[in-house]
Amino acid sequence: MNFMASKQPENSLLGPEADSQRTLYPYVTGTSVVALKYKDGILMAADMGGSYGSTLRYKSVERMKSIGKHSLLGASGEISDFQEILRYLDELILYDNMWDDGNSLGPKEVHNYLTRVMYNRRNKFNPLWNSLVLGGVKNGQKYLGTVSMIGVNFEDNHVATGFGNHLARPILRQEWHENLSYEDGVRLLEKCMRVLLYRDRSAINKLQIAKITEEGTTISRPYSLKTYWEFSAFANPAQGAVGTW
Amino acid sequence: MPKQQANWSPYDNNGGSCVAIAGADYCVIAADTRMSTGYNILTRDYSKICKLADKCVMASSGFQADVKALQKHLAARHLIYQHQHNKQMSCPAMAQLLSNTLYYKRFFPYYSFNVLGGLDNEGKGCVFTYDAVGSYEKVGYSSQGSGSTLIMPFLDNQLKSPSPLLLPVQDAVTPLAEAEAVDLVKTVFASASERDIYTGDKLEIVVINADGIRREYMDLRKD
Repeated sequence: MNFMASKQPENSLLGPEADSQRTLYPYVTGTSVVALKYKDGILMAADMGGSYGSTLRYKSVERMKSIGKHSLLGASGEISDFQEILRYLDELILYDNMWDDGNSLGPKEVHNYLTRVMYNRRNKFNPLWNSLVLGGVKNGQKYLGTVSMIGVNFEDNHVATGFGNHLARPILRQEWHENLSYEDGVRLLEKCMRVLLYRDRSAINKLQIAKITEEGTTISRPYSLKTYWEFSAFANPAQGAVGTW
Repeated sequence: MPKQQANWSPYDNNGGSCVAIAGADYCVIAADTRMSTGYNILTRDYSKICKLADKCVMASSGFQADVKALQKHLAARHLIYQHQHNKQMSCPAMAQLLSNTLYYKRFFPYYSFNVLGGLDNEGKGCVFTYDAVGSYEKVGYSSQGSGSTLIMPFLDNQLKSPSPLLLPVQDAVTPLAEAEAVDLVKTVFASASERDIYTGDKLEIVVINADGIRREYMDLRKD
């Protein structure tokens, strides 16, 4: 017997039983993904952390996967939803291959498919809690796009998810240009990832950089960035402003 | 345990402004190309304008995913219409379809604020303006989106449309020439970009007249 009757409005059109089936909040999450177009294709970077709230529970999560022959998918957000998306894409690519007609789904098509999936889940109030980055090259055309958990999507020369939008995009807007060389592209991505490492508490110093070109995809072995913690601003942050934190 | 409320919203406002002006034999539709979320800019080069039929163009601002879904839906319906009637949909016909499509989702709306522009069957310019649930009206000019509160009063000042309630019925087209209307649109967006944080980057202008469809771009403030 509930003496304190709940005053919450019944705003769901489905019954209360259906609610237990819907995503309310994410559990194991990945942080930012950053990607840019360069001379030969797309470069994408993501660290390998899977956080369980404030605990860094998993440190070898591969958040970038190759899709079909022409695409590369990076995801931030709920890891289990990312794995579900990989299963959907597996089936999509399988059926595409089974036509055996010489055609294959390019990054634009995969991005469109993902956008529809994310939007339709949002319509049912049961979103896949991810921000996805989809990059690839097909017939010499480079493509880089992103889609959020509510279906907002666009393509651009450089994209980032989560904290990357706040910390990496400004760097990319300043320093990205057409026809970056591979080395310059990697250097630029590492610069972004280093800033994220310093300032995003869910970032870890173990990352992978993936490259996709007309020839195919390569995902690097996990490695770590050199960091420098002796900057005077880090060592003595209150120097210029006593009482700050 | 009391029922959990959702801590995510199915909607987002991706900002931007749209304008359309109808002339005697042309129609100008324009929108900026900035896509934002909160205080961030997602991209500076996203088109809010969609060609629905040969002489019918829609500009929409609001929640981008809903706008995209709406554009796809209307494009699909137009294709079916063409198969069944062996002709393009006229602008007034598309206007009604858009209204019905929006009202269909009256209880989970498309968060999309639209202006539809084009030429009617006689070649005269027409502009239709909508709210998110399909309420619409044929007007001589309109603006929607984040900058509309800044833009609309200025358009009223320059172009004041006759009220649809007046008798005898007056033509809802502007006396301006095409070049003057395009110029007015550029002025209006330049001003809106100054004060509306969600409007800026680049302006995309589409002009429909008897010769076809023409596209033009103009840079706007990037801040």
